[in-house]
Amino acid sequence: MTDPVLAAALVGVGGAVGAMARHAVGLRIAGRRSVVVVNTLGSLALGAVLSAPIGANAALFVAVGVCGAFTTFSSFAVETVSTAADGDTRVAAGFAAVNLALALGAFLLGTVAVGRIASVVAGLL
Amino acid sequence: MERTPIGFLLVALGGFVGAVARYGVDVAAGDVTGLGTFTVNAVGSFALGVLVARATTTRTQLFVGTGALSSFTTYSTFVGDTVALGTAAGARYVAASYVVGFAAATVGLVAGRRL
Repeated sequence: MTDPVLAAALVGVGGAVGAMARHAVGLRIAGRRSVVVVNTLGSLALGAVLSAPIGANAALFVAVGVCGAFTTFSSFAVETVSTAADGDTRVAAGFAAVNLALALGAFLLGTVAVGRIASVVAGLL
Repeated sequence: MERTPIGFLLVALGGFVGAVARYGVDVAAGDVTGLGTFTVNAVGSFALGVLVARATTTRTQLFVGTGALSSFTTYSTFVGDTVALGTAAGARYVAASYVVGFAAATVGLVAGRRL
């Protein structure tokens, strides 16, 4: 069991890294698209990390901290309802659906990919 | 401001606070799959709605919005919890998170304009 203060520090520093990376993506890709990009990439990474043989501390840092903060639900929700409020309800619905489909697909891809790599590595050893 | 080192520092500090707060809610929520994430996503969507509706400074938007609130909420863990719940419960979890999250953001945007 990780010490609570260490756990919070790992999550916090990971969160700072994830937030800065998301901000960097947001500066390069405008508006809704950046939200889809970070949510998809972050879900891919989380799927991979959760399937990898890593320790509890590494999981707190990468999964809860970095991936958790890199992806965002609040920006996704505000973008969706703002788009709908502007009258673009089809765009808003499409955005909400695409976010889920891509993030879910990416998460499963990350899970499967790491499983494959792990079995290949196990075969070599 | 957005592209400056100070801008990134504000986002990082906010990200630290938001991620630790999310972890605190997760720990408090206990072993119920998805409960903590559902809670932070609903609360964070409301709060971000309030923030973006308010004419605040760029510094505040970076620290509170891009940093703290966007890191307090999460999409990756939301997806991970959905998969962990399985098809039927996962579908209900997505529907509940979307309905409540969108409603919270809408109420936040309206409240932010009236404050």
